[in-house]
Formats: sequence, C-alpha cells, structure tokens
Amino acid sequence: MSALPFHRRPGPRLAFRYVLATLLVIVFVFPVYWLFSISFKTPDEIFAFPPVWYPASIQFSNYRVLFKDGDAWTVWNSLVLASVSTVFAMILGTIAAYSLVRFKTGGENLAVWIISQRMMPPVAIVFPIFLLYVYLGWVDTFHGLIILYTAFSLPYVIWMMRGYIEDIPLELEESALVDGCTRWEVLWKVVLPMARSGLFATAVFTFIFAWNDFLFALVLTRTEVTTYTVQVTHYFGGQSNFWAKIAAMSVLGTIPVFFTVAIMQRYLVRGISMGAVKG
Amino acid sequence: MTAAVHPDRNFKYWLVAPAIFLLLLIGLFPLIYSLVVSFMRIDMMDTDTSFAGLYNYANLFKDARLWWSLAHTLLITAIALPVELLLGLAMAYLFLERMPGRQLFVALLVLPTIISPIVAGATWRLLFDNRYGPINQIVSFFAGERMDLLWTINPNLVYPAIIFCEIWQWTPFMFLILLAALSNVDKSQLEAAEIDGARFWRSFRYIVVPAIWPVMAIAILIRGLDLFRIFDIIWALTQGGPGTMTETISIYAYVQGFKQFETSYTAAIAFLVIAILTVVCTWAIRRMGLAK
Repeated sequence: MSALPFHRRPGPRLAFRYVLATLLVIVFVFPVYWLFSISFKTPDEIFAFPPVWYPASIQFSNYRVLFKDGDAWTVWNSLVLASVSTVFAMILGTIAAYSLVRFKTGGENLAVWIISQRMMPPVAIVFPIFLLYVYLGWVDTFHGLIILYTAFSLPYVIWMMRGYIEDIPLELEESALVDGCTRWEVLWKVVLPMARSGLFATAVFTFIFAWNDFLFALVLTRTEVTTYTVQVTHYFGGQSNFWAKIAAMSVLGTIPVFFTVAIMQRYLVRGISMGAVKG
Repeated sequence: MTAAVHPDRNFKYWLVAPAIFLLLLIGLFPLIYSLVVSFMRIDMMDTDTSFAGLYNYANLFKDARLWWSLAHTLLITAIALPVELLLGLAMAYLFLERMPGRQLFVALLVLPTIISPIVAGATWRLLFDNRYGPINQIVSFFAGERMDLLWTINPNLVYPAIIFCEIWQWTPFMFLILLAALSNVDKSQLEAAEIDGARFWRSFRYIVVPAIWPVMAIAILIRGLDLFRIFDIIWALTQGGPGTMTETISIYAYVQGFKQFETSYTAAIAFLVIAILTVVCTWAIRRMGLAK
C-alpha cells in the first residue's frame, strides 16, 4: 500500500472510522451489557426509576437463587442435549458426506434431497413429531430430543462436510489403501484428520443450533429435560417481577456459547455462510 | 473409482444408511403423516378419521387470521431483510481496510448473533419496559420530555420493537459474511478501475457486487428462510399480541396446533407453508443463479 491519494490519507480517515466503529459497538453491545448488568443488580436497583445504569457492586444472589431452586439444571440439560446430538450428527453426517463425495452414492438427487430437508420450517413438522413422540413415549426424554436435534442438524453437517471432503486429495486415500488400510481406517486416519478444521467449524454451528432451539423444546419437554431457553420463558409473567431470574438465566445460557465461539473463532467464518466463502 | 481395491460393495450404503434413516423418521414421516391427517377432520373434540376431502384446505382460504399472519410475516421480512443487508454491507466496508484493534471490534459486534434468539427477545423485553427499561429513558432524553412508550403493547410500536430486535440480532451475521466476501474481492481490479477514474458506485456496481454475489445470495436466502419462520423473538416480546396483531405464520400454526388442538387444520397449514417455501425457494435459487 504505497502512494495513497490524499483523501485516503490514514490520519483523519482512520479517526473517523474509529468513531463510527465505537458508536456501532456501543449500539450492538449495549443490550448484552444491560442483560449482564441486571443479573448483578439488587431488586432495588432493577426497579429503580429512573433506571440505574450499572450495579453498585457485583453480587451473585440472583444466580444463587437459580442454583438453590435447581433451575440452573436446565443449562446442564441444554449442554447434554446439544453436545450429544452434535457428536452424533458429526459422526453420521461425516460418514454420509464421505460416501456422497467418494462413491457418488445416490448421485446429485440424494444430495439435493438432503439439503432440501434444511428448508423445512420447524413449525411445519413439530406437530406430527409431537404426536409421534407421544405414541413412542419419547416426550420429555433425553434420547427423544437428541434424536430430533441430530436429525435436524444432519443436512447442514452433510452439506458442509461434503465441501471439506471434496478438498482432500484423492491420492492420499489411494496410497493408504495400497498400504493395506481398510476403508474404515482410511476414513479414520486420513479423511478425518485432513478435514479437521472443517469438522470443528461445523460442530460449533451444530452445537449452537441445538443450544438455541426453543420451539421443539417448548413442545417436547415437560419437567425432566427442560432446556434453558424454555426455562427463561417460564419467568415471563404479567408482573415483571422475575427480571433478575430472566437476566441471570439468560447469562448462564449465554456464557457456554461465548466460550465455545471464542475458542473456535478462527474456524467459523466459512461455516457461517454454509461454505460459500472458501478459506 | 477405486471401488475395485476393496471388495466390500455395500460399504458406501452403510455409510449413508443411518443418516437417511433419521432424515426419513424426522423429515419424511411427519410430512406423510401431515398429508394424511390434513384430509381428515381431527380436532380436540372429534377424531373423525374418515376422508374429508379438501375440507381443511378450503377452510384455509376463508381464514382471515391465517392470511393476516402471512402478511405480518412478509411485512417483517420485507423491512428487516433489506435493512440487515444494507447495514451489514456498510459495516463490512467500514472494517474492510486494516485498522489496529479491528479483531476486537468485530468480535464485540458479533455478540448479538451468538445469543439464543429467545434470549435476544427476553433482553429487548427488559430494554423496552416502559418504566424500568433504559430505552424510554434514552428516548425521553432526546425528546426533551418524559416519554412513556408501551413498546410491546401499543399497536403502533410493536412492529418497530420486533424489527429493532431482529435487526440488532442478525445484522452482525450479514456483516460477518459480507466482510469475508469483500476481503476476497480482487484488489487489483478495483485499483485499475480507480485509475481509470471510476467512482465508488460504478466500481461497486460492476466489480464488487458480481464478485460477492454468490455469497450474498446465500446469505439473503438463509436470512429470508429464517425470517419466514420467525418465532422465538416474537414469542418473547409480544406472544403475537396485542390481540393477533403480531402473529406470524409460525406463531399461528403453533396456536392452532397446541392451544386449539386443531390437528387436521394445523396439518393443512403446514402444507400451505411448505408449498409456499418450495415455490419461493425454487424461484429464488434459479433467479439468483445458485443452481449449477
């Protein structure tokens, strides 16, 4: 970058960009800040008028209540459901994607049918699924929701992993076969390590999908496997007297995702656009 | 292919079988079930499983509440989607060039997208509270007088409230995708255009847009689909109220299925939704040139 024209000179231009960037960050982060701040406020501070902009001290009584009442368990439920279904979806989706790429199983039609399953709006299938689950006795069970989330994530996983596996050079697999590896060993020792960054990115989005789900959990859980998203809505009342719980519960449910994304950050950009951005 | 190297010919089918089984169970079974049920007359009172023809489908056309819910859905989509796209694009341009600390800014801006939609709705419910929420405080400050706006109740304000929340949560998603896409645009072409005297808009129109279109089209498609089935944010903010004013197609189908127990009618609604989506998606994918 040399010999910039005058209006591109870094000084004033950069300052202007910083001002705009800061304003944007304030607008977009303020709601998150407000949520966190309420979770640390005392009832007096929450229901002060005019509103108090920050808590006088960081105190955890709002959280303590959630742990004492056992409501915090719903975060654990979400964690179990999202992690286990992610693992299943990644395993089943990756081997299916491998078959689609390397053996052209089912041709283009099967691939298109699979991705078309992702277009399905949950509300169109949640009702028959509910009836099916009542019939099978799967309502309010872990395996019921895990199977549902796994199936619902599969099209995305297969679609993404197909792209990543296509990028792996065929010669590597062939030489492994020549060296006497079985097909499973090729998959396990050659394909998976090569597609590792793609696996991570896809897993994060699969996890977030299950984590964020509200509609299925609302319909298919009662008391045993209530997820945190459903629990948050239990505090909505006519009176706004559960504010502290709404905020503290939301924060508890947000932190695991913040951490996951922060750790996995560098893998994520391609995954967010379903593979449209390479690299 | 190298299938001859290994004799296990069924291997490829074993790999796809579990995935396909699950997709059939969760994807195809409900569809077939819905299709069958939509031709019956099952509701809370009555389990009449005899063939009722197009009874439910005929009712769809007489159901004003259904068409209003569709109109509400389209209204939200028609406003939120362009705003998210343009704002996301503008933000992507802002951060396109190098600047110290850019990563931190981007990471902070992406926070809203990471939050669960139901939590986003809950957060804005707290922000919009007429007395203890900060938004009325800020509005009052700028208006110079005390404003007591009922954001989630007043018919004139519920849509702005929902759309604010929606835009706040998903603009960063557009921003992130478009930033990645813009970073991949060939710089030398832009510089050549600038030397030839092309203004920003011309090089944007003829170089940048064609270059980022494949990515932009997918982003629009994903967001469009998500907006069409918007549920969580509205559930948290207004539950479709006041009355049925902010009822979207997803909320309405939920109410019919799980509050009124209109089994057959809900199945018919589900098929209407699937039909609309299939037509629109097929059209959009062709139109955007995403199909191979």
